[in-house]
Amino acid sequence: MSTQSNAMPESALGSQVAIPTVISPARRMYWLVRRELWEGRAIYIAPVAVAALILLGFLISMIHFAGKMRAALALDPMQQHEITMRPYHFAELLIMGTTFIVAVFYCLDALYGERRDRSILFWKSLPVSDLATVLSKASIPLVVLPLVTFAITVVTQGIILLLSTVALIGSGVSVAKLWNDVSLWQMSLMLLYHLVAVHALWYAPIYGWLLLVSSWARRMPFLWAVLPPLAIGVVEKIAFNTSHFATMLGNRFMGGREGVAYTASSMSMEPLSQINPGRFLISPGLWIGFAIAAIFLAGAVRLRRYREPI
Amino acid sequence: MTVIEARGLRKTFGTTVALDGIDMRVEEGHILGLIGPNGAGKSTALNAILGLTLYQGELKVLGRDPWTTRDQLMCDVCFIADVAVLPRWIRVSQAVDYVAGIHPRFDRAKAEAFLAKTTIKRTSKVRELSKGMVTQLHLALVMAIDAKLLVLDEPTLGLDILYRKQFYDSLLNDYFDRSRTIVVTTHQVEEVQHVLTDLMFINRGRIVLNCSMEDFEQRFVEVAVHPEQLAAARAFKPIQERQVFGRSILLFDHLERQQAAGLGEVRTPSIADVFVAVMGNPASQAQGAAR
Repeated sequence: MSTQSNAMPESALGSQVAIPTVISPARRMYWLVRRELWEGRAIYIAPVAVAALILLGFLISMIHFAGKMRAALALDPMQQHEITMRPYHFAELLIMGTTFIVAVFYCLDALYGERRDRSILFWKSLPVSDLATVLSKASIPLVVLPLVTFAITVVTQGIILLLSTVALIGSGVSVAKLWNDVSLWQMSLMLLYHLVAVHALWYAPIYGWLLLVSSWARRMPFLWAVLPPLAIGVVEKIAFNTSHFATMLGNRFMGGREGVAYTASSMSMEPLSQINPGRFLISPGLWIGFAIAAIFLAGAVRLRRYREPI
Repeated sequence: MTVIEARGLRKTFGTTVALDGIDMRVEEGHILGLIGPNGAGKSTALNAILGLTLYQGELKVLGRDPWTTRDQLMCDVCFIADVAVLPRWIRVSQAVDYVAGIHPRFDRAKAEAFLAKTTIKRTSKVRELSKGMVTQLHLALVMAIDAKLLVLDEPTLGLDILYRKQFYDSLLNDYFDRSRTIVVTTHQVEEVQHVLTDLMFINRGRIVLNCSMEDFEQRFVEVAVHPEQLAAARAFKPIQERQVFGRSILLFDHLERQQAAGLGEVRTPSIADVFVAVMGNPASQAQGAAR
C-alpha cells in the first residue's frame, strides 16, 4: 500500500450532501440477480461448455453423416424421422441435464456458502431484506437457468442443422428431407414449454427444498438434502411395506404428466399435439408443488434471518 | 438525537449468558469505544444493534427495532466486521457496482476517489488483495455511504500498523463529522484512545465502566508514588498497584488531582491501564456495574 492512500480528495469532501435516491424493487432485484451470476458463473459456463462438446462430437461424426442419411432413406419414414432427430434430442437432453445439475448445486450452495465464508455479514450490512435475497436466489433455477438452457439449446440445434445442411450439400444429397423433418421452430416451442412447465414450475418444490436445506445446514448440505427423503422412503417401506413417498418423488423428478408428454413428443411427428397446457395448469400436483415450494422458501427466508456465519 | 438506546438488553446462547441485561445510550456525534476481553459480549451487543441476532429487552437504533427492520435500518447504518467479510470471489469493480446498485445513499464518486488513492486495481478479485487492501476497499465502500451510524467490529484486526493508523486517520479526517456516530470494538485500545469521545468496558455480558473520555480523564489518575508516600497513597484505596523500574505506580478512581500531586508524579492513565485494573479487580467490577 502506498502511504498517500489515506486522504480523500477535496472535491469528494465538498459533496457531503448526497441526494438519497430511492431504489425500486425491480432495480434491487436486477442487481441481486446480477450478483448471483457474478458468483455462480457455472450457471452459463457449464451449459456452454457442454454445448461446445456436443458440437465437437457432432463435427467429428459428420465424416459419416452423408452416408448415414443416404442409408436412412431406405428405412420407413418413422425410423428416418427418429434417426434425423437424434442429435437434436441428444443435445437438448444433455444441456437440460447439465443445467439441472447446476441448479441443484447452485441451490445447495446459495444460502450455505455465504455463511461459510462469512460474507453474509457483508450482504446483511446492506439494505436488502432476507426475502428479496432468497427470492433472487430462487429466481436462478426458476427463471434464469430455464432461459439460459433455452437459448443455448436453440443455438446449438441451429448450428447442428447448419452443419448437417452444409455436409449434405457438400456430398450432393438433397436437403429437402432434412429440412422437412427438422423443424427448429416446433422444437424450440416444445423445449420452451417443457422448460417452463417442468424445469421451472413442476420442479419448484425441489429447488425450494434445496434452498431450505442450504439455509439450514451447518455442514454437508448435500447429505442433508438427500438423506432425509431417503430415510422417509425407507421407513415407509419397512413400516407399511408401501412406497408412496418414493413414487411421489419419482413422479416429481420425472416431470409428472408433462414430462411423459415431452418424451412422447420427441418420438412423434406431431410433437405439439402431445401437450395440453390447460390440463397441466389445473392439475393438483402442480399447485400442491407450488404450496410446498412456498413453505420451503418461507422457511429459508426465516432461517436466513436467524442464521449466523459458521 | 439518540442513536442507540438499549434497556435490559439480554442474550443467551443455551446456558451461556452473552449479554446480561445491559443498558446503553449513544447520542449522535459520539464515537463510542466498546472495550472488553474475548467473549465479553461485545460482538453480541453489536450484532443485536445491527439486527443480526435476536435479543431480549428493549433496543432502538435510530428509532427502529433492528431485528424486525434490518433492511430499512441498513440504509442509515454501515458495518465493518472483524475479519474481512467481503466475498472472496467478487471483483473490486463489481463490489462498487453492486453497492451503487442497491444502496440509496451510496455516492459512487466518493468511493472511486478513495480507491484512486490506493493501489487497488479495479479488476482484482478480493481474494487477490492483501488483508490491508480488503479493509481499504471495505472502508471505501462504507465511507461513500451517507450513513448516520457506523459500526466497526475489530476493524483493524490482523492489519499491520501502517494500515491501522491510516484506517483511523481516514475515518476521522474524511468521514466523521458531528452528525455521524461511530461504535467501535477493538483490542488495540491504545490506538483508539485519542479517537473516542465515549468509553464502555464490558465484561461477562455486563457493563463495567461507562463514561465519556472527559470524565475518564478526570476520574482516573495514575501516580508514580514517592516511596515515602506509599502508605499514605495506599490509604486512598488505589484500584491497582504495580511496580515499574522499582517505583510503585498506583491507579486511582476518583482522586482529586491536587491530592494526587502530593503523592508523586501524576499522569493520565491509558485506557489499557485502566482496563487491566478494572477487569482484574472483582471489587471495582461490582462497583462499576452498580453505576
